[in-house]
Order: sequence, then C-alpha cells, then structure tokens
Amino acid sequence: MWAPFEKRLQASRIALLTSAGLYLKASQPKFDVVREQDNPEWGDPSWRSIPAGADAAEIGVAHLHINDQDILADPEIALPARMLSELASEGVVGGATAEHLSVMGYQDRGLEDWRLLTLPALVGVLRDRQADGLILAPA
Amino acid sequence: MPVLARWIEAAGIPTVVVTMMPAVAEERRAPRIVGVEFPFGHSFGMPGDKAMQRRVLELALRVLAGAAAFRTRVDIDIEWPVPLRDAYKAWQPKEASPIVKKLLATWGRA
Repeated sequence: MWAPFEKRLQASRIALLTSAGLYLKASQPKFDVVREQDNPEWGDPSWRSIPAGADAAEIGVAHLHINDQDILADPEIALPARMLSELASEGVVGGATAEHLSVMGYQDRGLEDWRLLTLPALVGVLRDRQADGLILAPA
Repeated sequence: MPVLARWIEAAGIPTVVVTMMPAVAEERRAPRIVGVEFPFGHSFGMPGDKAMQRRVLELALRVLAGAAAFRTRVDIDIEWPVPLRDAYKAWQPKEASPIVKKLLATWGRA
C-alpha cells in the first residue's frame, strides 16, 4: 500500500513516531514493563503523545530491550522533535505537528492489539493534527 | 515497525521508516526506507551530535517527500564514530530482557 506524498515538503506538516518507549515522567504512566517481566512474550501495546516542545528532563524511557542511557541523555536520537522544529523555522519543512507519538517496540508476534487498538488511535491523532507525513523510527 | 508504517500508509498518511535493519524493512514491505548503520536506540545518530542528527532527519524528509516508487530505500553514508563491536556491546540493556532471560533459562535446562 502506497500513499503518494502530494504536497511540497515546504508546505507540509510532519509528525514523528518512535518505538523507544518514551513517556512523560510527570504526567503519563510508564509502558508496563512489570507485566512484561511476568509474561516475557507480552509487550505493552499502548501509546503516548509527546509534545513537540518537551524537555529532555521530562522524558522517561520504558523499554527493556535497549540501553536507555543515550536516549535519556539526548532524546533527539530517538525522537528529533527539536531538530524538526528547527527545520520548520528555517523553512525546510512547512511545520511539525504539536505532538509526536511514542510506542514500545517489543510486541507479541500477532500485533493484534496494535492493529485493533493503537493503530486507530494513532491515525486519529495524525488526522486531527493534519499531519501530511510521518517519520517512524524503530528503536 | 514496518508493519505499522504500512497500516498508517493504508489510512492515507505517507510514511518513511528510519531503521538499523533496512533489509528487514524491505522484506516487510515498508513503503519508504532510510537505512542507518547505527546501534539500536540511536536511529538519528550520536547523542549531542546535532549535525549527524540533522543529516539523518533531512534524508528522511527527502525520501518521504521525494520517493518515486513504493519500497524506495536509501542508506545513509555515515560511519558510526565508535567501532561497531564496542558500540554493539554498549546498546545492550544493563539487564537481559525478560524474554532473553526466559530463553536462557530454557536452554540451560536443555
């Protein structure tokens, strides 16, 4: 399936999605790594909205399959929201969505919960925010 | 992640996947792919290296907006500044993940 990119980049609003398990420490629950400890085949299928202006200090990482040290030091390596805003201010892209998306990439093989629950929510946010394109970065 | 990209694309939103495993993304039919030979957890490069992060993000944007065909793949020409053998050790989580622990325990009993 192929959705052509119709607009010029300079007139487009871009969103980012990371699967590094990023969340806002003060206001969002962690991805459920406790349940995964008890049931290693399971991975939390939920998602988080990360505001484009979030500070590194506000961001936590809940992902048991990667070393989170570098992402905590500089979340831009997983979700380059500030760099995207910079490119928008320079006119390289039309703009960035006000919020970006985060999931935790370790999922059960069938991806049923992602497909049935998470996908419609993600698509809903992208449409609400009028995203013209999405950059996904697996962790 | 390539599967998620395909689903989102099917909903009408163009996507590009920036990945350390571009061959897998191709196999799983991600619509547009940028390959990076970086350690896991570092899709856009080294922490603090804004120039590197910018190059990856700009390439992703170009591929997103400019790819002429389904399954376009462009690999970025950036060499990881740390020898990959050391880098690969460093991206392992401090503690083995639950599934790895379980598999190790199973193999231990076999």
